[in-house]
Amino acid sequence: MPTATIDVEALAAASRRRKARERFLTHLALILGIAVFALPIWITIVGSTHDTDTIGRGDVPLLPGTEAIHNYTTAWFQGGGGRNTFAVPASTMLWNSLIMAILIAVGKIAISLLSAFAVVFFSFPLRMVFFWMIFITLMLPVEVRIIPTFQVMTDLGLIDTMTGLTLPLIASATATLLFRQFFLTIPDEYVEAAKVDGAGPLRFFKDVVLPLSTTNIAALFVILFIYGWNQYLWPLLMVSNRDLETVIVGLTKMIGIGDTQNEWNLIMTTAVFALLPPVAVVVLMQRWFIKGLTETEK
Amino acid sequence: MRKKVIFRGVALPYLLLVPQLAVTIVFFFWPAGMAVWQSTLRQDAFGLRTEFVAFENFLDLFGDALYLNAAWNTVIFSSSVAALALGAALFLAVQADKHIRGAGLYKTLLIWPYAVAPALAAVLWLFIFHPSIGLVGRAFGAIGIDWDYRVNGGQAMTMVVIAAAWKQVSYNFIFFLAGLQSIPTSVLEAAAIDGARPFRRFWTVIFPLLSPTAFFLLVVNLVYAFFDTFGVIHALTRGGPGNATETLIYKVYVDGVQNLNFGSSAAQSVILMVIVIALTAIQFRFIERRVHY
Repeated sequence: MPTATIDVEALAAASRRRKARERFLTHLALILGIAVFALPIWITIVGSTHDTDTIGRGDVPLLPGTEAIHNYTTAWFQGGGGRNTFAVPASTMLWNSLIMAILIAVGKIAISLLSAFAVVFFSFPLRMVFFWMIFITLMLPVEVRIIPTFQVMTDLGLIDTMTGLTLPLIASATATLLFRQFFLTIPDEYVEAAKVDGAGPLRFFKDVVLPLSTTNIAALFVILFIYGWNQYLWPLLMVSNRDLETVIVGLTKMIGIGDTQNEWNLIMTTAVFALLPPVAVVVLMQRWFIKGLTETEK
Repeated sequence: MRKKVIFRGVALPYLLLVPQLAVTIVFFFWPAGMAVWQSTLRQDAFGLRTEFVAFENFLDLFGDALYLNAAWNTVIFSSSVAALALGAALFLAVQADKHIRGAGLYKTLLIWPYAVAPALAAVLWLFIFHPSIGLVGRAFGAIGIDWDYRVNGGQAMTMVVIAAAWKQVSYNFIFFLAGLQSIPTSVLEAAAIDGARPFRRFWTVIFPLLSPTAFFLLVVNLVYAFFDTFGVIHALTRGGPGNATETLIYKVYVDGVQNLNFGSSAAQSVILMVIVIALTAIQFRFIERRVHY
């Protein structure tokens, strides 16, 4: 029957149209989502290329201006922002943030590798007690015990030092757990072989465990670098010497109470500086980042 | 779990544990112990005399209108942040899971806000919502809305919720997408052959399979909203206007650092510790159950 074939064709065409419409809606939804994410960044980048008056007047520009070089060099070498605050150059703050983030990430990874190695490959009295002592710290973020920790730092004379800024954040149950989990998957035969060859535990750690752990270390580094870079409450409390200012805290100090008279263009420039390193790490090391994220949280 | 083959050694394992244990004891157990001890003490206004008051600091807190206000703010703030961040992330993950061109690029463009510090997210949204320099803030003014989050408590709360949720969406997105991609296609095909429409397919087949991920994320989001959002509030509103955006964690800071009321601040820390431990315990019970599936 001819009508039947027409029906089939019409149906197929309708189904194609519906699929095309669905695809279009999917793309539209994703693009809108991305736009909501990107809008504040775009406004910030555009703002960092205009002069103070343009933004202060409230003429929110939507396209880049001509002051980019001036703003970026001023923020980098001199700093600026609020009217009443002592300016700190962005280069100083970025350097402090970088050192802090790297020390925290490397420190956490180093002490966690060692303690996980001890817990997995040795048997000794109180082994599980120590393991639980580390494990329970998973439940106590620094924000919760902030005031007493601050008092401990005062007693130890570590206020306003890079050591005080990083050392308390280095203890890490998360990293220890992750490495323990991974070490348990290393086959017993490897340890046997090492013993037969007369290799001691330290040799085994250096030549077998470390090389096997490189992807885990890279994945953790990405997560911990971002964790360190984004610290806020701790540096806010610990540092009053502005030579040690980190960029996230320094940025909010530039804003103060959100005064309209602020040098908003320099604040936006500094915000771009503060954004770039961690975002670059996530985008460039995406594979490790996702591995680190999904594995540390389980 | 335990390894069968291990190294012999007595001193070495202890030496390997020393760095981690030293940091843990000095910066976790000592301060946590101090918090518990201080929560039972009270200093006079000049810091000259300290007396033991047992649970009085806690009892005072539960009768303090400002503390109850902070607790209520925390409930509103955390549930709004979790709902907004989870809802948006689930929607985007379902879209990105479809087989379309450019899926990889979309994914990259959706995950980067994870790297933005909460305080920095607040600053970025301030540039949008500031009543005199912000794009949307000025637009609100132009169409006659009386917009100024610096004086209106409800608007201030909306601002901190948006900034805090915005940053958390990409985290949830990554986990939801991983959850969606682990659902076997055979299950979805079976549902499609049975004639289930996409919408019905989502709620009766996909969502139940995603619920472990969703529950895990709910707890993570609540913990995030409780503790990691100090920067958002400090950068945007300082707990104000009035006490409209003062949450529990912000009040610990205000009472301990600005008002120097150590006894009360320590008691508040202890309450927060109990909340975190409870949330973590729920998380672990749940994960253990999932392992047995």
